[in-house]
Amino acid sequence: MAKIKFTLNNKVVEIEESPTARLLDILRDKYDFVGVKEGCGEGECGACAVLINDKIVNSCIVPLGTVEGKSIVTIEGFSKTKRHEVLRESFEEEGAVQCGFCTPGMLIASESLLNTNPHPTDEEIKIGLSGNLCRCTGYNMIIKAVKSASKKGDGLW
Amino acid sequence: MKDISKSVRKVDSLIKMSGEAKYVSDIKIDGMLYAKTVRSSKSKAIIKKITLPVIPEGYHIIDHTDIPGKNFVKIIFEDMPVFAEKTVSYYGEPIMLVIGEDKNIITDIISNIEIEYEEVTPLFENTNSAINYHFTKGDSNKAFKNAKKIIKDDYDTGYQEQLYIEPQGMIGYIEGEKVTLIGSIQCPYYVKNAVISILEAEEDQVRVKQAVVGGAFGGKEEFPSLMACQLAVALRKIKKPIKLIYEREEDMEVTTKRHPAWIHMEAAINDKNEIDGLTAKVAIDGGAYIGLSGVVLSRALIASTGAYTIDNIEVGGDVFLTNTVPNGAFRGFGAPQMLFAVEMFIQHIALELELDPLELRLKYLAKQGDATSTRGKFRDPIIMNDMINKGMEMSDYKNKVKKYTEQGIYKGIGMSWFLHGCGFTGSGEANHIKALVKLQKDIDDKVTILIAAVDMGQGVQTTMKKIVAQILDIPLDQVIYNKPDTDLVPDSGPTVASRTIMVVGGLVARATKQLKEKWVDGEAIIVSERYKQPEYIKWDEDNFIGDAYPAYSWGVNIVEVEVSPITYQVSLVGIWSVYDVGKAIDERIIMGQADGGILQGVGYGYLEVMKNVNGKIQHKNVTDYIIPTTGDTAPMETFLMDNPYPLGPYGAKGAGELTLVGGAPAVALAIENAINKKVKSIPVTPEYIMELMKNG
Ligand code: FES
Ligand code: FES
Repeated sequence: MAKIKFTLNNKVVEIEESPTARLLDILRDKYDFVGVKEGCGEGECGACAVLINDKIVNSCIVPLGTVEGKSIVTIEGFSKTKRHEVLRESFEEEGAVQCGFCTPGMLIASESLLNTNPHPTDEEIKIGLSGNLCRCTGYNMIIKAVKSASKKGDGLW
Repeated sequence: MKDISKSVRKVDSLIKMSGEAKYVSDIKIDGMLYAKTVRSSKSKAIIKKITLPVIPEGYHIIDHTDIPGKNFVKIIFEDMPVFAEKTVSYYGEPIMLVIGEDKNIITDIISNIEIEYEEVTPLFENTNSAINYHFTKGDSNKAFKNAKKIIKDDYDTGYQEQLYIEPQGMIGYIEGEKVTLIGSIQCPYYVKNAVISILEAEEDQVRVKQAVVGGAFGGKEEFPSLMACQLAVALRKIKKPIKLIYEREEDMEVTTKRHPAWIHMEAAINDKNEIDGLTAKVAIDGGAYIGLSGVVLSRALIASTGAYTIDNIEVGGDVFLTNTVPNGAFRGFGAPQMLFAVEMFIQHIALELELDPLELRLKYLAKQGDATSTRGKFRDPIIMNDMINKGMEMSDYKNKVKKYTEQGIYKGIGMSWFLHGCGFTGSGEANHIKALVKLQKDIDDKVTILIAAVDMGQGVQTTMKKIVAQILDIPLDQVIYNKPDTDLVPDSGPTVASRTIMVVGGLVARATKQLKEKWVDGEAIIVSERYKQPEYIKWDEDNFIGDAYPAYSWGVNIVEVEVSPITYQVSLVGIWSVYDVGKAIDERIIMGQADGGILQGVGYGYLEVMKNVNGKIQHKNVTDYIIPTTGDTAPMETFLMDNPYPLGPYGAKGAGELTLVGGAPAVALAIENAINKKVKSIPVTPEYIMELMKNG
C-alpha cells in the first residue's frame, strides 16, 4: 500500500492503494469512471485508453504507482470539452458509432492524435488509431469522422 | 412523404460517446459478489475426485449438485450440461463457480482446488457424426453418369472468432424467488427459457434484461444462456447479487466460434461444356456439444449453389462431434463457409474447362422464377445483372482482372456473388418462434415499441423508431424503445438471422398501421401483431424441399489486393460492394453494416487465424488472433439498390449477415488472381501462399 496523488479529470486526488494495481481497475472501481472499458486487458485493443499528461496510454497496463504527480483524463473528463463536442458531432454525422464499446478509446485516440497533429492525412489518422480495435465499423467512418473534426475544429487543437 | 432511407442521428450514439452507456461490466449493485469459473484442464476425462480447500466465510462453490432442474442448457438438444458432472468433454468445460466478494481470494481458492481426472483418449477427427442431412434436386445421378468430365475439388475453412470488443458478461440478483439477469445478450427469451428450465421455475420467477451490448455477431446468441443458467443456480442458493464477467482469454478459449468446415465439391460436365450436375459434401466440426450446429449445417447446405441455379444437385453433410470447444452462431451461420467453396469452385471449373470465368458464372446466375437449391422458388425480382455491372464499373474490374492476369505483378482483383436467406431457415419462424410484437400508446400520445429485439450496435433502436414515427407521421422522440426486459416486452424472437428488420420490423409496421387506424388523441391504446407465414411458403423440414426462406438479399463484393512477392503479405487496396437489401431503413446504418461486415468477412478470408492443437485453442488473445486494424482496412465504396420486398417494412429485407458472407471468396479470388495459383483454403495466410508458390 502507498499513498498516490495525481490529477484526475482536473481534480487533485489521493488514494491509498497498492502501487501495482492496474490503473484501469482503480479508475473503474474506485472512481466509477466506467467509460474506460476493458476489452483485452493486455494493452492491445485501446478500449481502456486514457490521456496521461495529454498522451494516449492504455490504462490496463499502467501500474497505479507510475501516475504519481501526473494528470489523467478519462472519457468522462474529456467529454466536457469543446474538442469532444466537435469530435462527437463528426462521429455522429459520419456514423462512426455502432456498439460503442471501442468509442471512448477511439475518441481519446483521436484527441491525442489531433493534439500532436491538428491536420492529419488519412494515412496519419490510420496510424494514430492503429492501436484501437473496432469490430463493428470497418474503421472508414471513424477515419472520416476524425478528418472532418480536424476541419471543423480548426484552431481548437 | 420523406424517404425512410434518409439517415437520422442514431438515438444511442451520445451516451456511447460520453462514456455514460452502461454495459454489463459497468453495472454495480450493492453487496454484489463476483464469480469465476473453474474449468476442465482435460479434453476428455472422468472426474475421479475433487478436493476443495477450506472455503472462507462468505465464499461459495456452486456446481451441478446445486441445480434444481435437469442439468442441461436449453438450446435445441438436451446435451450440454450447465456444470460438468462425472465427465468432461472439452478443455475449458465449466465444472463449478467460485463466488465471493474479493477477486483475489477467489483466484486463491481456485488455485487450491484439486481435480483428479482419469483421462480418456479424446477425439479430434471428424468421425463421430451427430447430425447428417442430405437432399437432392433434379437427377444428379444421371448427370454424373452421362458426364463427359467430372471436376472435383476440396475446400476448407478455419475457425473464426467473433471478437466482439466487449467480452461476455452477466449480472444477476434475486428478490424472493424471482431471479433477474442482466446481460450482454442477443436473445432475452432464449436466456429466460433456459433459466426457467434449469431452475424448474415458473414463468414469472425469471426476468431477463439487456444491458448495452458491446458487439455480438452471433457470439451472444446461445452462449449467454450457459452463463445465465450458472448464475441463476448460484443466485437461488446464495441470494446475493452476483457478477460474472469473462476476461478476454477466457472468452476466446471457451466461447463458441465459427465452425471449421471441409467441403468436397464435384461437378458433372456434359459434352456441351455445361455444368449438368453438382454435388457437395460438407463436414463441420461442432465441438463437444451440438448446440446450434445442425441449423448451421442446414444453412450451409442450402447455400450449396450460391447465387447460381444448377438443375441437378445432391447435397449432404455432417455435424461431427469432437472433444473441442463447442462452435456456434456467427454472422452468416454456415453460409460463409459454403459460399467460399462455391465461388472458388465455379472459378476453378472455368479454369479447368478453359472458359471465361465471368461468362460461365453469368450463364448460371439465378433468375427470378428459378428453382432454389431446395426446389423452392425465387419469387421476387433478382437484379444481380445490374448489380454486377454496377460493381464492375465502380471498381474497373474488367480492365484490372485482365491486366493483373496478363502481367503477373502480384496484384489481384476478385469478385464474389452471393445471396443470403432472410430469417430463420424453413418453418422456424412459424413453428418455433411465433413472434409477437406490441405497441403501447399512452395518454400523452407517446408510443412505446414493445419487442425483444436487441440493439448490439446494428442500430435497431434507431431504425425501429423510424418505422413507427414515419408511419404515424410523428417526431422520432415521440416513440420510445427501451432495451428489452422480459417482464415488459413480448417474445418477438431472438435478434439473429437477419430477421429483425424484415420480420420483427414488418410486424411493428403492421401494428403501427393498426394503431394509426385506432388512434384517438389522449387515449391509451395497445395493439399487437403475431407472425403469420405467407400461405405460399411451404417447407418440408425432413427432406429439405420447398422454400427455405421467405426472401433473399443479394450482393456483389469486389476486393483488390497486393501480395508482397517477398513476404507474401497481403494488403487490401480497395473494396467495392453492391447490395440488394430491398430498401434501407436508414442508409447510413446500412453503410455501417456494409463496412463492418465486409471487413469481418475479408478478415476471415485472409487474416484471422485460430487453431486448436490437441483440443486447446492456441490463439486466445488479441495479440495472437489478429483482426483487421485501421492499418489493414481499405477504402470502401458501397452502392445500395432499391428493390422493395412486398412483405418487409417499406420493402426492407435482411442486411446484417449479407455484408459478411461474400468477403472471404472475394479476397481469396483476388489473391488467386495475384499469385496465379488455385486457392482452396482460408484464411489465405502468407504461409499458405508460400506453400502454393512452392507446390501449388
Ligand atoms: S483493455 Fe487495455 S488495451 Fe485492451
Ligand atoms: S463500434 Fe463496436 S467495436 Fe467499435
